[in-house]
Amino acid sequence: MTLQPGGGLLDTDLIRKDFPILDREIHDGKKVVYLDNAATSQKPRQVLDAMNAYYERSNANVHRGVHVLAEEATALYEGARDKVAAFINAPSRDEVIFTKNASESLNLVANMLGWADEPYRVDSDTEIVITEMEHHSNIVPWQLLAQRTGAKLKWFGLTDEGRLDLSNINEVITEKTKIVSFVLVSNILGTVNPVEQIVRRAQEVGALVLIDASQAAPHSVLDVQALEADFVAFTGHKMCGPTGIGVLWGRLELLEDLPPFLGGGEMIETVSMHSSTYAPAPHKFEAGTPPIAEAVGLGAAVDYLSSIGMDKIAAHEHAITEYAVKRLQEIPDLKIIGPVTADDRGAAISFTLGDIHPHDVGQVLDEQGIAVRVGHHCARPVCLRYGIPATTRASFYLYSTPAEVDALVEGLEYVRNFFG
Amino acid sequence: MYQDVILDHYKHPHGRGLRDGDAEVHHVNPTCGDEITLRVKLDGQRIEDVSYEGQGCSISQASASVMNELLVGKELAEAQQIQGVFLELMQSKGKLEPDDAMEEVLEDAVAFAGVSKYPARVKCALLSWMAWKDATAQALKETPA
Repeated sequence: MTLQPGGGLLDTDLIRKDFPILDREIHDGKKVVYLDNAATSQKPRQVLDAMNAYYERSNANVHRGVHVLAEEATALYEGARDKVAAFINAPSRDEVIFTKNASESLNLVANMLGWADEPYRVDSDTEIVITEMEHHSNIVPWQLLAQRTGAKLKWFGLTDEGRLDLSNINEVITEKTKIVSFVLVSNILGTVNPVEQIVRRAQEVGALVLIDASQAAPHSVLDVQALEADFVAFTGHKMCGPTGIGVLWGRLELLEDLPPFLGGGEMIETVSMHSSTYAPAPHKFEAGTPPIAEAVGLGAAVDYLSSIGMDKIAAHEHAITEYAVKRLQEIPDLKIIGPVTADDRGAAISFTLGDIHPHDVGQVLDEQGIAVRVGHHCARPVCLRYGIPATTRASFYLYSTPAEVDALVEGLEYVRNFFG
Repeated sequence: MYQDVILDHYKHPHGRGLRDGDAEVHHVNPTCGDEITLRVKLDGQRIEDVSYEGQGCSISQASASVMNELLVGKELAEAQQIQGVFLELMQSKGKLEPDDAMEEVLEDAVAFAGVSKYPARVKCALLSWMAWKDATAQALKETPA
């Protein structure tokens, strides 16, 4: 069976023309089937052109310059901030901090809280809450903070179905909790988490909430006001933008109260040899020359995604995911690690194939031109939880097609026969 | 890359299972989660046994099997030389065409020549060999000659 356009699917023939790399042939003329979008997305020509145009016409360092190029560069960089603010429905552009990636955004919050005064300060009397399905980037910064401050690190476990076990939510999030940090969409399981329930409980006890939206921002409408979180982190390169640019959104009153982490140029108001005062947010958190071209690229990426429509992209991926989940389960010995339906799940699907090691699965798929990711996907605790060393993960995006799902299924049948 | 020799060793590994040893090490390949627990039993300067248990991809598991077949019963000096040749082959980025002399030293292990073209998989092939080197060094410390 094949899905017909119309069932929520986008016109991928048209969209794919924007992505030069999708025309690339590998391994003796096989058109690349790129199913590694949860690791990084491909970039449309519009993004590449915007970055090239910046470098070819307007390159200069931002802020304080009095020449034309510096003014243009500043307008482009700050313009990208406006675009991102609109894309996530931020109440104020000043709430959008540009970072290097989502990891830096998450580390930034951990360090703000570690150095903060009361009432935000994380110390030995307080608790930090995460979940067992976090990417390492939302585990390790909190382990570091807990080790340095003596705070207690707690987490929600997982159900056998690949969802958060919130049955003990009142014991996990308590009056001692200072921060609850969790992933909106799991990069390994694909699970979409119930934000509202967690935010409610955090608000009850006065804890801050940080949401890792790295796997959400590229795929559906991200409305930071609707989430009611205090911070939201995501990265540019998974959403058609370049590497080297990430975002931390934070509520303005928090960004005003919390201390800076990195010190340097651009984040100051005045500096003397004895002490300094700081610029208002977001610049307080953007020390040094920022990734200017990358911000411009991210601005072009959100323009591109918005022109298609995030709701349409979400519908497309839902249709593809529904089809993929169904077709994959037709393969004997294939076990999906994570939700086995398309309900409340994103377009990243992890699985095991009998006892064939994922590295072998990935290698033989590659020989057929199919790019998937294999390993623990920087979420090793999830692999430990389900008693597996690693998974193979196929992940889809706005340019993915039902034919690519079919190619994956055929490829996996070939893998089974090869090692069978 | 997946030579029949490799697939044979993967499906029918030689010397698998942990037995008595002078030293035990546990090595992992963090990029893909391959793991091996390996023991070395020495009899003076002769390798009496290399026993192992592990999980991982076909390359890592087959490599351990090939190594067991190659090294057990050899004198340490010769085994170290074999290990050196295998390391050289695996670090050759696919540019080294094994000749008859190399084939004589490495036997089935020459089948891994193709793996050296894949940077992500070289570590898989070397995992057991590095574990053996480490365990041997420890065993020598335990039982000074």
